[in-house]
Amino acid sequence: MKFTLSWLKEHLETDATLEEITFALTDLGLEVEGVSNPAERLAAFTVGEVVAAEKHPEADKLQVCCVVTSDGEKQIICGAPNARAGIKVVVAQPGDYIPGIDVTIKVGKIRGIESYGMMLSEREMELSDAHDGIVELPADVPVGARYIDVRPSDPVIEIAITPNRPDALGVAGIARDLAARGLGRIITPEIASVPGEDASPLAIYLAPDVATEACPFFVGRLIRGVKNGPSPQWLQDRLRAIGLRPISTLVDITNFLTFDRNRPLHVFDADKVHGPLTVRLAKPGESLKALDEKTYQFDGSETVIADTTGVESIGGVMGGLRTSCTEETVNVIVEAAYFDPIRTARTGRRLKINSDARYRFERGIDPAFTKAGMELATRMILDLCGGQAAEVTVAGAAPDTSRSYRLDPARVVSLVGMEIPRAEQVRILRELGFTPEDADEGTLQVGVPSWRPDVLGEADLVEEVARVASLTKLEGKPLARLAGVAKPTLTPIQRREAQARRQIAALGYNECVTYAFIDQEAAALFGGGGPEMQLENPISSEMSHLRPGLMPGLLRAAARNQARGFGDLALFEVGQSFQGGEPGEQRLVAAGIRVGHTGPRDPFGGRRPVDLHDARADLEAVLAAVGAPASSGIRRGAREWWHPGRSGVIGLGPKTVIGVFGELHPKVLAALDVKGPAVGFAAFLEAVPFARSRGTTRQALALSDFQSVERDFAFVLDAGIEAEAVLRAARGADKALIADVSVFDVFEGAKAEAQMGEGRKSIAIAVRLQPVDATLTEKQIEAVSAKIIGAVEKATGGTLRA
Amino acid sequence: MDGITELRDRYLGAIEAAGDEAALEAVRLSALGKKGEVSALMRSLGGMSAEERKTAGPALNALKDDLNTAILTARVRLADAALEARLATEWADVTLPPRPRAEGTIHPVSQVRDEVIAIFADLGFSVAEGPQVETDWYNFDALNIPGHHPARAEMDTFYMARAEGDNRPPHVLRTHTSPVQIRHMEANGVPCRVIAPGRVFRADYDQTHTPMFHQIEGLAIDRDISMANLKWVLEEFFSAFFGTSVKTRFRASHFPFTEPSAEVDIQCSWVGGQLKVGEGDGWLEVLGSGMVHPNVLRAAGVDPEQWQGFAFGMGIDRIAMLKYGIPDLRAFFDSDLRWLRHYGFAALDMPSIHAGVSR
Repeated sequence: MKFTLSWLKEHLETDATLEEITFALTDLGLEVEGVSNPAERLAAFTVGEVVAAEKHPEADKLQVCCVVTSDGEKQIICGAPNARAGIKVVVAQPGDYIPGIDVTIKVGKIRGIESYGMMLSEREMELSDAHDGIVELPADVPVGARYIDVRPSDPVIEIAITPNRPDALGVAGIARDLAARGLGRIITPEIASVPGEDASPLAIYLAPDVATEACPFFVGRLIRGVKNGPSPQWLQDRLRAIGLRPISTLVDITNFLTFDRNRPLHVFDADKVHGPLTVRLAKPGESLKALDEKTYQFDGSETVIADTTGVESIGGVMGGLRTSCTEETVNVIVEAAYFDPIRTARTGRRLKINSDARYRFERGIDPAFTKAGMELATRMILDLCGGQAAEVTVAGAAPDTSRSYRLDPARVVSLVGMEIPRAEQVRILRELGFTPEDADEGTLQVGVPSWRPDVLGEADLVEEVARVASLTKLEGKPLARLAGVAKPTLTPIQRREAQARRQIAALGYNECVTYAFIDQEAAALFGGGGPEMQLENPISSEMSHLRPGLMPGLLRAAARNQARGFGDLALFEVGQSFQGGEPGEQRLVAAGIRVGHTGPRDPFGGRRPVDLHDARADLEAVLAAVGAPASSGIRRGAREWWHPGRSGVIGLGPKTVIGVFGELHPKVLAALDVKGPAVGFAAFLEAVPFARSRGTTRQALALSDFQSVERDFAFVLDAGIEAEAVLRAARGADKALIADVSVFDVFEGAKAEAQMGEGRKSIAIAVRLQPVDATLTEKQIEAVSAKIIGAVEKATGGTLRA
Repeated sequence: MDGITELRDRYLGAIEAAGDEAALEAVRLSALGKKGEVSALMRSLGGMSAEERKTAGPALNALKDDLNTAILTARVRLADAALEARLATEWADVTLPPRPRAEGTIHPVSQVRDEVIAIFADLGFSVAEGPQVETDWYNFDALNIPGHHPARAEMDTFYMARAEGDNRPPHVLRTHTSPVQIRHMEANGVPCRVIAPGRVFRADYDQTHTPMFHQIEGLAIDRDISMANLKWVLEEFFSAFFGTSVKTRFRASHFPFTEPSAEVDIQCSWVGGQLKVGEGDGWLEVLGSGMVHPNVLRAAGVDPEQWQGFAFGMGIDRIAMLKYGIPDLRAFFDSDLRWLRHYGFAALDMPSIHAGVSR
């Protein structure tokens, strides 16, 4: 919403400065988005008088003018057709900046003749788009005076209007707020009705499908014998100042009243209307070429105004081209109606029309001002275009918006936390047009004015009082602290999320935050991409589906980094992945990928490609950090986007999977442009069970004073036997004595097969024996060794390596 | 016994002269070995008279002790010399870059989220969460935004596609964290003090907007909580967060779910293109807030005649940008390794009230 300071002052008598006004506006909730003061850019220009003008000897269209300026007579070359002796003009002198053409003037030669300045057009001064000649000032302005002193400029104020304040979409309503704040007195002129010179010849019908809600009230008036043409300068200036293009007097009057009083009107050429006017719902399939010269198809939900030949305009949204007013219009029908906000909004949205009328009707205009708006429009048309007005035709009646709510002034103080005396609350409400009356127990019963459709209860009244009383004045008051030491504020899963995140970063991964929606191709690679995960209105095809996991986003991030020249990466994210499109069909995942090598090249030869064992170690570290039980088992069976032979899952029992790790499938990497090797893991944080009310006491530590013994064993095995089978068998051989079993060597491949036979490999384990009663004898060690060898051979079909 | 003096001098001289372990051992053997000169003299004691033994015995024992002590001393001297010699050869280039060790980082959004959680924990606010896919009831209706409200259109909502025949209103990707207010009060009742951090979504993508970003919601409901309490809480929060006293300015505004509503600015200055929070006379809009609308309390099953309180919502990404001078929101979600390393935080830099919330 834009308006000028002088426009505001037609409704508000005030001594307040521009700064005080803009501060108050923002503080009242009418946030000032910008103030542009033309005086700032025009301050340098002065009045000059052309005393002589002769044709330039070298150019037909240029004139050499002699101009009296504040600095005496100057020679100025000018190309304007209206440059001539005797006129007063606006002069820019060397060194002045011309905003409209973004140039600082210098003394220059034009076709061989020197020019000491410039005479300005409106466009060069950014007053309008007019560039058909230089500005001509009245003859009585003094030469040498500053332009801004002879044509005082008018600052333009732009404010943002929140959806609840339709009343502030008119300058009069803005003035009302400022007056309530104490910044002046309302001087909006009274509206006198204009009696018709004859009975109204207009017939207007409200069809039953609109009469109750969509358009309950329609006022029309015929004015004959008008002379339409360019509107007067003051009106054009006013519209231009707020960025509107003057069109013709009739149209400019409707635009003026839209912004002056938030009263959208429509004018149409009576000679182009056939028969009576009917306000009705559109018929499906009907269409209209509107004032924007686009054709709109209706589906039957729109309120339209039609004559016998068809739709004439879209109610509350836009008029039609067929009946529009032109310079030739002599008989005009003026329409002032009330269109329902909800239907107007829906129509505007469906037809994608953003007009000043729609903007206002969908927020709610003052229905009680319909008739008054008509009288005001009539007065302006008669004054500016002449003609004779007929009586008005009224169809329906203004909807009754009268209502009142109880307001407890004590509750206002309690909610806002600021002392606002009851009398001041009453004053504020009165100034805003509310009607507070004393009611029971010190409360007020407050009637709501017709221009405030947003006020629907006590809370809205509290807000009115608070914003006028000024929230800027609000002083903070401590919120009582809770007694004692603060309790933890994270839930167990929130704590777990933080632990996982910090643990993964400690492993050397860089945390990413990637989008929760991804492209369908990537989603499909990871078990997603279905219709239940699809967005109805994605912003691009890259962001069309909810992510089924975190891997696609991380791999795409890896591909982008590789394209930038970073080949070795460890990226992770902790976030929600989605199983479906219903609320809650999401789970918290901590996932990471390692791509390329373990690190940069170094002089120690420690660099190697990442492999699945890195991913598993990382996953186990994360699971340990979030408290997963140590008994979790590893098995195969990872989903299809993992390498079938080089991946595994970690589960608790056969059903609960708490993590997955391994190499990514080469096809997936190729599809996402990631250059491998790439390994990853995902930990499902909610799947790890939470310990039941666990005390803080640890189990007692049992330490043995007897020396432990370590023995190594190597077994020749089928190449397909997993290390876990060997470890499990060895551990089970003597649970009391065996404290730890670990793999320290694997010998496999061609060399191993050459020694041990095709399809064979060797695994070497170290077993640590920890006696608790007495030091082990050689005999006891031999006995347990035999048990270990037996158990491993039995479980794996292997043999002790000779 | 002149012989003994001569022996002592000779062997002590030989021990002193021994240049290495082997030479020293040879001296030891020639004096104290089985066939050594001193050993032979010791053996000769047996053939002496008691009178002779009385003087020769102690003298020989003293000689033996002296030689042993000298040998031990010489051993230490030789070992030290050998070690010196070895160490002199053991030079390494200590400026050689070591084996690389990867340094992980925490994303600014996570770090700042943890900072905010730590500060509000001190004020007694616990952390609540809700789903990112929401019903339109929780995202809109329950928050006093009916179907036709212009705010719905202005929110640039992402809708989930609906299967044919499913005539429920489409779910949305939550446009704000405010639905968590409703879910929390429904599940836990009042009084309450919670914050709800999380991802939110709006169909907007340009220089300063991304279709996903992070918000933190605040909600405090009790018998007599006022907007003045809200102002205090926010000023305490911002002062703790930015590590300097920060004033706020409340401006009347409108949000469907609060009444009265206020936009909140924080005090700041622009010096040489550098934003400084907590000084100067400029104001920067950082959040929307207000007193929870009675309709919202009712939707969550709370009696607005009995209970009242405030709610606010602010952008985590935005306050992260302000605090740490991060220029571009879009880069938050691009995962550029250079950016992650530059703006990221160390894994162990866990914000806390006792250790500080700024890095």
